[in-house]
Amino acid sequence: MRGFIIKEFYHIFRDIRSMVVLFGMPVIQVLLFGFALSTEVKNAPVAIIDHSNDQVTRAITSKLLSSGFFILADQVPGEDHIEEVFRHGKVKEVIIFESDFATKLEKDRQAGIQVIADASDPNTANLLVSYTSAIVSDYQQEYLKGMSLPVTVKTETQMMYNPALKSIFMFVPGVITILLMLITAMMTSISIAKENEMGTMEILLVSPMRPIQIIAGKVLPYVLLAFVNALIILLLSYFVLGMPVKGNLLLLLAESLLFIVMALSLGIFISTVSKSQQMAMMLSMFALMLPTILLSGFIFPIENMPLPLQVISNLMPPRWFIIIVKSIMIKGLGFHYIWKETLIIAGMALFFIALSIKKFKVRLG
Amino acid sequence: MPIIEVENLVKKFGSFVANDNLTFSVEAGEIYGFLGANGAGKTTAMKILCGLSSPTSGKVMVAGYDVAKQSEMVKQRIGYMSQRFSLFEDLSVWENFQFFGGIYGLSKAKIKERTSELLGRLGLESEKNQILGSLPLGWKQKLAFSVSIIHQPSIVFLDEPTGGVDPITRRQFWEIIYETASQGITVFVTTHYMDEAEYCQRVSIMADGRIVALDTPANLKAKYNAANIEEVFLKIARN
Repeated sequence: MRGFIIKEFYHIFRDIRSMVVLFGMPVIQVLLFGFALSTEVKNAPVAIIDHSNDQVTRAITSKLLSSGFFILADQVPGEDHIEEVFRHGKVKEVIIFESDFATKLEKDRQAGIQVIADASDPNTANLLVSYTSAIVSDYQQEYLKGMSLPVTVKTETQMMYNPALKSIFMFVPGVITILLMLITAMMTSISIAKENEMGTMEILLVSPMRPIQIIAGKVLPYVLLAFVNALIILLLSYFVLGMPVKGNLLLLLAESLLFIVMALSLGIFISTVSKSQQMAMMLSMFALMLPTILLSGFIFPIENMPLPLQVISNLMPPRWFIIIVKSIMIKGLGFHYIWKETLIIAGMALFFIALSIKKFKVRLG
Repeated sequence: MPIIEVENLVKKFGSFVANDNLTFSVEAGEIYGFLGANGAGKTTAMKILCGLSSPTSGKVMVAGYDVAKQSEMVKQRIGYMSQRFSLFEDLSVWENFQFFGGIYGLSKAKIKERTSELLGRLGLESEKNQILGSLPLGWKQKLAFSVSIIHQPSIVFLDEPTGGVDPITRRQFWEIIYETASQGITVFVTTHYMDEAEYCQRVSIMADGRIVALDTPANLKAKYNAANIEEVFLKIARN
């Protein structure tokens, strides 16, 4: 058994391709998702048409520009040119103050600001508009201070668990899940398919080793490597991306180990149904990667999916693991809150193991 | 004393009969040639003898154990070399010996001893640390054979061991086979080279899942009135 594991490590460490997949990918993915794929909007170019140019509009403008969300883009000569600047894509939002803004505010107790956003990217447009109205209403409150006024209703929002709305909070659990899934399921299925393809599996089966020992020998090194990977990702997201680990780290690691075992049994199952390494790779890529990314709630919220897809997403193991990771890392919840998800993953692992054993026996018979 | 005893072996895949009532035996220390055209059922029978597949009916005893019931005991006592080259290409020669010795439960010292013995016989000691993938096919085949007998089995099954190998290496290969048999290891070999069949002590020829001829090469040639085994084979295969 020990020899088996040593041999498997030789295979991995002598193949540059698998080394890159194993250790390059986690680092690159974490950094990519952490830095490049951010849903926050920073420094959006905004144009301001100020027909009044008094102290109130100037105050609001400077408040907007100092918020960090906006930077001032080129001047827009007038309303007729708005479409033109949007078409060039240089400006994401245009803010128009009506004339005599301060005077109207004083006399009529109301004045208008028009906000026009480029909604060809609806998410960004939405965010920008809500940032703008938040900043304006913030100014309004300062302005009203010291004035005796009619009753105003004030909404106070609080973003629990992620007050800064950092997108890293969303991506890190997803990246951990994808990588664990990919590395363990893909690497094991490929390495077992390779033994089948090369004919070495036959030699192993003729030997006194039991099939279960052979599989365990193939799989254990990947458990170890996937676990090391999980640690690398966690360390990177903690130290480089500032992702918190509020809950119990040991619980998180134990849950990761369970998920790794699940992914491995899925990998073994894939290898029993594929005839070659290529097929194992394709199956892992298309059968695992795409659903993991699309249906697990990693990028697209499950609540927004059409009902059939919501039902299918229940079958995706990553969906449950993402919930577990989020609960532990971000919310700091204990096992008490995630036992159901844990049970689902454990059940899936058992299911795939049973299926693989059955497949394996059929092949031998 | 026969080391392989097969009585009325039948193997069916659905309605297809791959092995139709095979009965034969192989004596200890014998070199037994197992011939037949492609698709005659050789590989199926060989897989059953090795415990890779189970018979539909019939009795198969290998090294004194029933293959169907005591396959673990059988597996300890047999070696197997498949027609596909099947050592690990990305491991060195020594690592391959170490690994396969390990899965047969040999001690470290024993693996060392056997490796230097086997490599010495092939004259490949200096290649001990070479990565296997970089060696020529003929050498790899010889190494695969050495690996299959590293645990000193009672029987070694060779499935077309000389496929794709040059004539000189084939000749050397058969010298090694003789040497192995002289040490008391029974050799059960399939081949498509009929000149190799002449080297066997007895051969059987399969057609359509049945053994149609089984005797020494000399007797077979006399019986079928043929100059060599190739002619015997063609006469049988064409009927």
